Amino acid sequence: MPSLFDKLWSSHEIAATPGGTSLIAIDRVFLHERTGAAALNSLAAAGRSVRHPARAFVAMDHIVDTRPGRTDATLMPGGQAFITETRAAARANGLTLFDVGDPDQGIMHVVSPELGIVLPGLTLVAPDSHTCTQGAVGALAWGIGSTEAEHALATGTLRARKPPSMRVRFEGALAPGVTAKDMALALIAAHGSAGGQGMAIEFAGSAVRALPMEARMTLCNMATEFAAFAAFIAPDETTFGWLKGRRHAPSGALWELALAQWRLLASDADAGFEREILIDAATIGLMVSWGTSPSQSIPITGTVPADADARPLAYMGLERGQRLLGLPIAGAFIGSCTNSRLPDLSRAAAIVRGRRVAPGVRALVVPGSSAVKRAAEAEGLDRVFLEAGFEWRESGCSMCFYAGGESFGAGERVVSSTNRNFESRQGLGTRTHITSPEVVAASALAGHIAAPE
Amino acid sequence: MSRPFTTLVAIAAPMLEDNIDTDIIIPSREMKSTGKTGLADGLFAGRRYAGGREPDPGFVLNRPAYARAGILLSGANFGCGSSREHAVWALVEWGIACVIAPSFSPIFAGNAVRGGLLPLVAPAETVAFLASVDGPVAVDLPAQTVAAGGRSFAFEIDAEAKAMLIGGLDAIDLTMEQMPAIRRWEEADQRVRPWVSTPLG
Ligand code: SF4
Repeated sequence: MPSLFDKLWSSHEIAATPGGTSLIAIDRVFLHERTGAAALNSLAAAGRSVRHPARAFVAMDHIVDTRPGRTDATLMPGGQAFITETRAAARANGLTLFDVGDPDQGIMHVVSPELGIVLPGLTLVAPDSHTCTQGAVGALAWGIGSTEAEHALATGTLRARKPPSMRVRFEGALAPGVTAKDMALALIAAHGSAGGQGMAIEFAGSAVRALPMEARMTLCNMATEFAAFAAFIAPDETTFGWLKGRRHAPSGALWELALAQWRLLASDADAGFEREILIDAATIGLMVSWGTSPSQSIPITGTVPADADARPLAYMGLERGQRLLGLPIAGAFIGSCTNSRLPDLSRAAAIVRGRRVAPGVRALVVPGSSAVKRAAEAEGLDRVFLEAGFEWRESGCSMCFYAGGESFGAGERVVSSTNRNFESRQGLGTRTHITSPEVVAASALAGHIAAPE
Repeated sequence: MSRPFTTLVAIAAPMLEDNIDTDIIIPSREMKSTGKTGLADGLFAGRRYAGGREPDPGFVLNRPAYARAGILLSGANFGCGSSREHAVWALVEWGIACVIAPSFSPIFAGNAVRGGLLPLVAPAETVAFLASVDGPVAVDLPAQTVAAGGRSFAFEIDAEAKAMLIGGLDAIDLTMEQMPAIRRWEEADQRVRPWVSTPLG
């Protein structure tokens, strides 16, 4: 009877109030430099301490500089204080810190699975809305505010109401070249950016089963843009094989013990969901956003809808009925917690190899973690991108979002492998089209929005 | 501890758009300090200021009628986007104690309750009616009603959120009272899932 979500929830429920609020055990907390100092300092000011320092981690990812040879200095005005204060607070509390220059530094949602910090059946929270990315390993991971992060740090728990659940099944085989990013954009385009409002979403079906781990992370990452509470995928042999041997994953007898329990983490055949969505994977094409919400996405061969709203049209400098293919671009960005892992970079590099970025296009690749960067360099991918005219950066969130530091210019059209195309997300007035890394790569070479050959 | 919220009679400013995200509420470039204060100036900065720091007279909170608004009326999915709690802190610091909308992003709603801001869920028709009324809107949290222009509407709210708002309660204090149960749970869990803590040492 129980769904995967029911199992994840009930196995962490310490107590429930008659009013419907549960006290949920939290296995892992992640912080970042943007709000880490505020949370830890506010905790200390209230005379409280971190209850399980060994289960709390801090990543320097949001505002660190990503230009080669970086230091604590960052282009965001006043940004350095966030870095130094978060570092001091992390050290004072004895938390594991993935610091600037550390070989394990990177975007938290890339680093955490990479090191086996998030595991099947765990609860993990972080003051970041894309925390549900980490549910891809079969964990219950969700984004919270920094006051809630203080609660999780101080007590090892959170007070929360059990959200309603949804299952999204992608059945069938994806067409060649179609990726998890396209699956996510197709889902959000069809059901709206509030389509999964507040729900715990299980992604399932044969097309999801066939996805490698990194692609599952891309899919779960985008659930945030579907307004989900959390997203997860039942762990399977793909998951176990991927996690085995990672630094914080259990080993030896503990691995066997864990595995026996992890194999039970699946929805029962007769499990109930408040809502179910079924999508035929074969119908999904390459997707690109035209507007300022991820729900405003269309197949790359399509045209801007005839009933498109005026505001996003004006912002994006587009007209109803206009084709996206062939639109000239000024920038191309490959990176972010959505699409910056090694397979993302490899697929983009395969398109770029031996070719040149079009004149006038500023193109960047920002690996999701320092480990991804090293692995890519070991395969020579940095050379492929550099020789084509891409910048090759240190890992971090970089130009996924504009915090007053580095950005693309006003009115510039940018294709981006990130998750948000909101107004001014990548720079004041910047026109962002979100899509897969493959389409970003092909467009960078063409100088306009283009599909890979 | 946040300011207790019981009843509120205030001018309600209409911003009847769906998907007002946290980047609209406070752009990330306005989050200039590592603390929780000094944020009111950055509230709706992208829309409130025309060029530089000149108030844009067309923006709702710059219109004289709404200069002292204490309630914001908005569309569905309010507070979506980035989880930044600064959105709540900026609204509260500016003087907004209640946002009335058909739905809220769950992260925003949780942050709001912890920051003493009432996220009041009302159907779009109710919000539109409240926006059409001249004069103040009255919110009574203990009675769970919102009234204006001679009409009164009941609203639903989670019992714990209600208690926390009315008492200005700190959730950590509430949970600390349950520490014996938490400890018992953790000891039992350690036997079932030893890997959750051991490899991390
Ligand atoms: S990469 Fe972008 S979306 Fe992901 S955590 Fe960083 S800023 Fe947020």
